[in-house]
Amino acid sequence: MGRSLKKGPYVVERLLTKVEKADRTGNREPIKTWARACTIVPEFIGKNFAIHNGRNFVKLYVTEDMVGHKLGEFSPTRTFRGHGGKAKSSGKK
Amino acid sequence: MPRILGVDIPNDKRAVISLRYIYGIGPFFAAQLCERAGISPDKRARDLTEDELAKLAVLLDNEYIVEGQLRRQIQQNIGRLRDIGCYRGLRHRKGLPVHGQRTRTNARTRKGPRKTVAGKKGVKDK
Repeated sequence: MGRSLKKGPYVVERLLTKVEKADRTGNREPIKTWARACTIVPEFIGKNFAIHNGRNFVKLYVTEDMVGHKLGEFSPTRTFRGHGGKAKSSGKK
Repeated sequence: MPRILGVDIPNDKRAVISLRYIYGIGPFFAAQLCERAGISPDKRARDLTEDELAKLAVLLDNEYIVEGQLRRQIQQNIGRLRDIGCYRGLRHRKGLPVHGQRTRTNARTRKGPRKTVAGKKGVKDK
């Protein structure tokens, strides 16, 4: 959404080289990364990633449908534990 | 009343206006349709001839995505977001706003009617 076409997609080059390397060596280990803003490009399809969400790494297997999204979209940064005190407060007591 | 594309029965308003009763046709496409079908936009919908209606139907059928087809396409797009498990998909699944709006207050369109939770007042039974 809204990035100039002239610039092209934002891809972290380091990740591309890592993907290439994984391709050459046949390494299936997930690629650990903090680059949540990196766009998913077709080269990433079929690769495993471990994307940092601020606390730990969320594993992601990239499929074709995900191309064009950012890596960070698949690694939620917030945990919702639910509202409502009844069950919880009774557990506390 | 004239019928276009089966169920849509635009009423006695001007042609540009009544075309907008079709799902997927807004001000822009309505004007475009009138021009392409050679209909004066000021002509009342009830005065449209069979010929003109047929022309509109052909145009709508072949070159515009409207009604059921459009609804299906939208659902598909949402379904895709849900399936890949991205942030927007998660929001759709939970029925919360997708575009980063606040949810502390408002967001009633997405969340539906308020579900009041028993407040602190009532919690005396420790």
